[in-house]
Amino acid sequence: MLLKRLTEASGVSGNEKEVRDLIMSSLEGYVDELKTDRIGNLIVHKKGSNPSGKRLMIAAHMDEVGLLVKDIDSSGLLKFMPVGGIDKRVLVSKAVTIGEKKLPGVIGAKPIHLQKRDEWSKVLDIDDLYIDIGATSKEEAERQVSIGDYVAFDTPYSEMGNGTIKAKSLDDRVGCSILIDILKSDIDADIYGAFTVMEEVGLVGAGPAAYQIKPHMAIVLEGTLCYEIDELDSHQMPTMLGKGPAISLIDRTTVYDRNLREQVVKIAQENKIPYQFRKTSMGGNDSGRIHISGTGCATTGISVPTRYIHSPLSLISKSDYDNTYRLVEAIIREFEKGAI
Amino acid sequence: METKELLEILSNGNGVSGFEFNLKNEIINAFEKHTDSIQVDKLGNIIAHRKGSGNGDVKILMAAHMDEIGFMVKDIDKKGFIHFTNIGGIDPRTILAQEVVIHGKEEVLGVIGSKPPHLQEQSEQEKSIKMEDMIIDTGFNKDELSQLVSIGDSITANRKLVTLMNSRVSGKAMDDRAGVAALYETMKELEKINHYADVYFVATIQEEITMSGALTATYGINPDIGIAVDVGFGRTPELNNSNSIEMGKGPGVTLGGNIHPGLRKRLVTVANDYNIPIQTDVRPGPTGTDARAMQITREGIPALVLSIPLRYMHTSVEVLDLKDVSQTAKLLAFFSASIKEDEMEGLLCF
Repeated sequence: MLLKRLTEASGVSGNEKEVRDLIMSSLEGYVDELKTDRIGNLIVHKKGSNPSGKRLMIAAHMDEVGLLVKDIDSSGLLKFMPVGGIDKRVLVSKAVTIGEKKLPGVIGAKPIHLQKRDEWSKVLDIDDLYIDIGATSKEEAERQVSIGDYVAFDTPYSEMGNGTIKAKSLDDRVGCSILIDILKSDIDADIYGAFTVMEEVGLVGAGPAAYQIKPHMAIVLEGTLCYEIDELDSHQMPTMLGKGPAISLIDRTTVYDRNLREQVVKIAQENKIPYQFRKTSMGGNDSGRIHISGTGCATTGISVPTRYIHSPLSLISKSDYDNTYRLVEAIIREFEKGAI
Repeated sequence: METKELLEILSNGNGVSGFEFNLKNEIINAFEKHTDSIQVDKLGNIIAHRKGSGNGDVKILMAAHMDEIGFMVKDIDKKGFIHFTNIGGIDPRTILAQEVVIHGKEEVLGVIGSKPPHLQEQSEQEKSIKMEDMIIDTGFNKDELSQLVSIGDSITANRKLVTLMNSRVSGKAMDDRAGVAALYETMKELEKINHYADVYFVATIQEEITMSGALTATYGINPDIGIAVDVGFGRTPELNNSNSIEMGKGPGVTLGGNIHPGLRKRLVTVANDYNIPIQTDVRPGPTGTDARAMQITREGIPALVLSIPLRYMHTSVEVLDLKDVSQTAKLLAFFSASIKEDEMEGLLCF
C-alpha cells in the first residue's frame, strides 16, 4: 500500500531522497513530465485537454520533522538536534532509525528508581537525551554513524479502530499520497504536481517550485492540526477527525483567497462531500510561498485532519482521506471547465 | 529455540503484573523441553522442576519475574478517549506519543496523545504532563470502544524488539523477561553437566507490585537456596558508577543484607573458576527483587541476586546485552553444579 510505504520512508527535511525516489517510481508511466529541480523538489506535469490554458498547481511536501546527529559522545551515544518543530517531551522512550542504512537506535531515559521524586516534573532537554545504537565506544559508533546523519522515528504503519490509520509523517505524506492518486487517476485535466522539500524548516521548496510552474491557481494538500480532547469546546478544536477535509481560512503564512475558498465550499456542498474549516490561525504551509510567487496566485489549503502531528506517530481517518481526494478531484473538474 | 528468540517472543508478549497469564503458553512450551515437570500454582507462578542426582536432597530455586509494568483503564470519556493509571513504577515523562495495546475483549491498538507544538504556548514545553492528564486514542468513539474495552483492562506498550549493534537488543519488557530467558538458557546448560541439586525454575508473577508470586512459590518449594535473577541499572552517562553496572561485563552479583554471605562467596568462587565476568552491586537493605520475598519466607531462605545490566529500566526501550544473559546463565548452571552432597550445612554457616 502506497501510504504505508510513503510513511515508513525516511524523509527528514533536507533528506527527502527516499521519499522522492518512491514517488517517482510510483508515478512512472502516469505523468508526461517529471523532474527533480535544483533544490530537490519533484515537479511533474500531467497533460490534459486544458481548454482554458491556465495552469493548476497542486503541492504537497515530502519532508517530515525528525532529528539530526550532532555529536557522538565518548561512550558511543549519539547527541542530536531537532529538525522542524518537535515537542522535546515526545522523544523519550522511542525507537528511531539513523542514516541511509536505517541503523536502529533508541532514545532512553534514566530509570525511575534512581530519580528523586521532583525529577518527574522536570522536562528533559534535548541536550539531556541521546540515541543508543548499542555501540560500546565512540570509535565503534563512528564506523556506523556520521555527524550530520538524519534520524527518523521508527513507527510502523498500522490500522486502528474505526478506519483510523496510525503512522509517522502523515504530515505530509498523506498530501503526497492524495496527489499521487490524483495524478494516477484517469481524470482528463492538466495538472502540475509539486512535491516540495523542507516545508518543516521554513517553506523552503515551495517558492522555487511555484516560480517554475507559474500557476494561475494552487491547491496545497496537507495533513493538519487536529486536537479534540474532551475538555475543549468545539471552537478550540482546529479540526475534527472524520468530519471531512479541512478548508483553510487563515494561518501564520497565508490569508486564503476568500473567493476561491467560497467556491471550494460550494463544490463540496454540490458534491455532497463533508467538509470543515480549519479553525486556528496557528501553523502554516507551502501556501505561504506559493500565493506570493511571481505576481501571486489564488491558493486554497485543503487538509486531512491529523492528530498528534510532529510527534513519532499521528492518526488520520480513512474517510477523511477519501473525502479529501473527492473534493480535490471535484475542484479540478471545475477548474478544467473554467468555472473557477 | 535460541535464547534471543524466546526473549523476543516474551518481550513482545504482554503480561502486566496481575495479567501474566498471557505468557503462560510461551514459557511452558520453552521450559518443558528442558525440565522434568512443570506446574502452575494457584497464583499463576510457572514452576519447572529439573531433577538432580541427589534425589531432592538439596533444592535450588531460581526465580525471574514474568510480569511487566504497564497501565490499567480507568475510564472512557465522552469522546471515546481512555483515561488510565499505571501498574508498577512509570515515569510519566516517558510515555507521551507511545503506542499501546489495550487488552480488552480483543486487543485494541491505541496511542497516548500529545498536543501538537503549534497549539502550545512556549512555556508549556517546560512542564511535564501528569499521567492523569493524558489520554489514549484508539480511533473508536465511546460506544464502539465500550463494546471492546472495560474499566480495569490492562494496557501494555506496543514495542517490538529492536536489534542494535553488537549483541544488544531493546524491548519493552526486558525487566524481567531477560531473567526468564536466562533461566531458559540455564536449564539448557544444566543438560550438559551433572548436578546433585534439584533445580526449580520459576517464572514469578507480580514482582513489580507485591512480590506475592515469589512468596508463595518459595513457600511451596521450600528450597535450600533461593536466587532471584533480575535486572540491574545499566550504566549511562547520567548515572553514577556507584549505582550502576556496566553493560556487557557480566551479571551484577548483589552484596548486602538480602544476600547470604556464604552462598555469595561460593558464587564468586565459581565465577572466578570458570572465568565468568561478574560485577558487584551493593544493596545494603532489602533488594527490590524476588529475593526479598524469598529471604522472609517460612523460617527464612538464604538468598542470592544476580542482575543482568539493563539500560533505561521501566521505559519501552530497555536495552541489554545478550552476552550478559549468557554469562548469567553459565554462572547459574555452574553454581548449581557446584553444590555437592553433605555440604549445605557448611556452606550456610555464618
